[in-house]
Amino acid sequence: MASELIKKNKIHPQKMYLYAGLGSIVMMFAGLTSAYIVKKSQANWLDFELPKLFFIATVVILLSSFTMQMAVKKAKEGLLNPYRGFLSVTAILGVVFMILQVQGFMELQANNIALTGPRSNSAASFLFVITILHLLHVLGGVIALIGVSFKSFSAKNNTENTLPVELLSTYWHFVDILWIYLFVFLHWIG
Amino acid sequence: MSHEAVLHGHDSHGHDEHGHHEHHDTFLTKYVFSQDHKMIAKQFLITGMVWAVLGGLMSVLFRLQLGYPDASFPWLESLLGKWAKGGQITPEAYYALVTTHGTVLVFFVLTAGLSGTFANFLIPLQVGARDMASPFMNMLSYWFFFTASVIMLSSLFVETGPFSGGWTAYPPLSALHDASPGSKTGMDLWIISMALFVVSSLLGGLNYIATILNMRTKGMSMTRLPLTIWALFFTAVLGVLSFPVLLSGMILLIFDRNFGTSFYLSDIYVNGVGALSNEGGSAILFQHLFWFLGHPEVYIILLPAMGMVSEIMSVNSRKPIFGYMAMLGSLFAIAILAFLVWAHHMFVTGLNPFLGSVFVLLTLLIAVPSAIKVFNWLTTLWRGNIRFTPGMLFAIGFVSLFISGGLTGIWLGNAALDIYLHDSYFVVAHFHIVMGVASMFGMFAGVYHWFPKMYGRYLNNSLGYIHFWVTIAGAYLIFWPMHYQGLAGMPRRYFDFSIWESFKQFAELNRFISTVAMIVFATQILFLINFFYSIFKGRKVTVLNPWEANTLEWTTPINPGHGNWPGEIPEVHRWPYDYGKDGHDFIPQTTPVGADETGTH
Repeated sequence: MASELIKKNKIHPQKMYLYAGLGSIVMMFAGLTSAYIVKKSQANWLDFELPKLFFIATVVILLSSFTMQMAVKKAKEGLLNPYRGFLSVTAILGVVFMILQVQGFMELQANNIALTGPRSNSAASFLFVITILHLLHVLGGVIALIGVSFKSFSAKNNTENTLPVELLSTYWHFVDILWIYLFVFLHWIG
Repeated sequence: MSHEAVLHGHDSHGHDEHGHHEHHDTFLTKYVFSQDHKMIAKQFLITGMVWAVLGGLMSVLFRLQLGYPDASFPWLESLLGKWAKGGQITPEAYYALVTTHGTVLVFFVLTAGLSGTFANFLIPLQVGARDMASPFMNMLSYWFFFTASVIMLSSLFVETGPFSGGWTAYPPLSALHDASPGSKTGMDLWIISMALFVVSSLLGGLNYIATILNMRTKGMSMTRLPLTIWALFFTAVLGVLSFPVLLSGMILLIFDRNFGTSFYLSDIYVNGVGALSNEGGSAILFQHLFWFLGHPEVYIILLPAMGMVSEIMSVNSRKPIFGYMAMLGSLFAIAILAFLVWAHHMFVTGLNPFLGSVFVLLTLLIAVPSAIKVFNWLTTLWRGNIRFTPGMLFAIGFVSLFISGGLTGIWLGNAALDIYLHDSYFVVAHFHIVMGVASMFGMFAGVYHWFPKMYGRYLNNSLGYIHFWVTIAGAYLIFWPMHYQGLAGMPRRYFDFSIWESFKQFAELNRFISTVAMIVFATQILFLINFFYSIFKGRKVTVLNPWEANTLEWTTPINPGHGNWPGEIPEVHRWPYDYGKDGHDFIPQTTPVGADETGTH
């Protein structure tokens, strides 16, 4: 079905599907951050510092975007081993990001800032909900990364069709940029 | 996937359902887990019809209460059990019925049933594609909807009853387990069902967008698309951009319900519970998030109907659609404005009056593209060689209802009037006519018009005419009087008006409305009989293009297989509305432009 189309169109339909999907994810977080702004302007708002681990997590996910891009480059050049390597490193960095974030939540709770429950302030709850939802999107990316990595190790000639890894890298960069936005938002605006 | 593998060159000798195929589709892959957009469309349609019957039945039940508040119907107790003790519907059951009726009709029937059916069916056929951009995601979209349906259905049978806080699910009724019986398990099931429904809508909407943008056949430029496709495109864009915001709002609601957060809940006092331990939450915040979807949702429901009506009107007037680019521009304008008017649902929440006046202005602006569309439909009919098929009648009925309901929108869009009319029967009348019944008419128009393409048979025309005339007369008889009731101050959502001195004058009228509602509901059963009978026994379609239409779906075999065209996908040479041109009654899109042909539109 797809081969007929690639001739005429530069963008593969599944890429278009993904782009539109990214648009809808943007709207989800736009909704949440707008709600955050509205709520912040009302009474009873708790100001607190973001956990330090979030800063490290930000560096980690930035780094993973670089390795992801390298993986795509190697896939396009047909270099299988570096491709496998960069892909695996990206997956590992993704997992590290998630662990750092969860530990960041623990850091907050250790500082007596409740994220949920009757003692919680919606400032902390917002931080929690927004980051958890972003984390779920990262988790989706990590699962896809692990899947593509496994495939790269199992089959023999698998750099021919680079569409899956291209889609994955678009998504991964998006999740990265989304986090940068959320981080900047939560740190400076929030 | 190669299409040769999925093509079965069907022809018209019937029994195609049991015919011989080159490859073997099992019952499971052909009818259940099908990835063929046409089968998925039928799945959406039939599931939507099941919900329409259930939702309609609910309205009959609560109209029974409103029309006959003092009567007792023993059969009701045997039908509803403890929800109708002594043959009278309990207040809890009444609210549960109203809530489920709203949720089901707005989301399951007029969103999934309408755009799920026709976007799936028409987009690949009319743009000239073998299938959707991702047939697999398309299949998932249906099954998410199906699962959402099953969960919503199951909520009708839990001990504490289905959710009863209104289809808008405002907190605190939706956020507090103890607020009402329906706020317990019923609400849990409601919210899970709606979350799955949002996923279904997104998976579908993304597919529609990608297919329209990337899978058009050769020659099918964007301005050669039928208006149905343009309408479905804007519908999908609206859904993809607004449903995630509802999901955000519902996720915060889930946290308030289950994890003790204070997004929407504050230290309010609840009877039997005492003061809540929550602090500083704002219920209005939910309303903003809800209506940011809720208003575009109105257009998600309405635009597909508008698109289909444009197409059906042009075909059956044997005239080009009047003002194609204006139609397209007004669809675009409506889609943009849809995102900028949500707070007109919130004029009485204590909204800043300055902000309110901005929303008034933006709301009233919608009258401009709406009027453009109405005038274009009327001028399409003007001096046309009109064929009054049932599909065409429903299309004209749509325009009638859209005008009647749209005019009251100008009233309600004014904050000054809305503050008086808010939460009255005037609002009920307005949105049922302009959104509910009008879109339902669009859906009927679509079913009557494309039934021959869906099933290779015709619907019975005589039953179609009875169906149309009773339904249009009934729709006006039900909802027109409600305007007067609303002007007299009769509020919505009341279980029993007979105890209010000021509304006793409406007892007669309420009984009348209820009686008409039952007659109209019974007439829909006639349509159901027509529909299911005709699938199997209807008059067979013997020509490729029974309506003599220009669009691509009529170039496929009478019963197209998966892949739609047995050979090459046809090339498109012109726009779809060359009717009555140069002495030709119609010129299909696949006909090359002749050397001596007059200029195009």
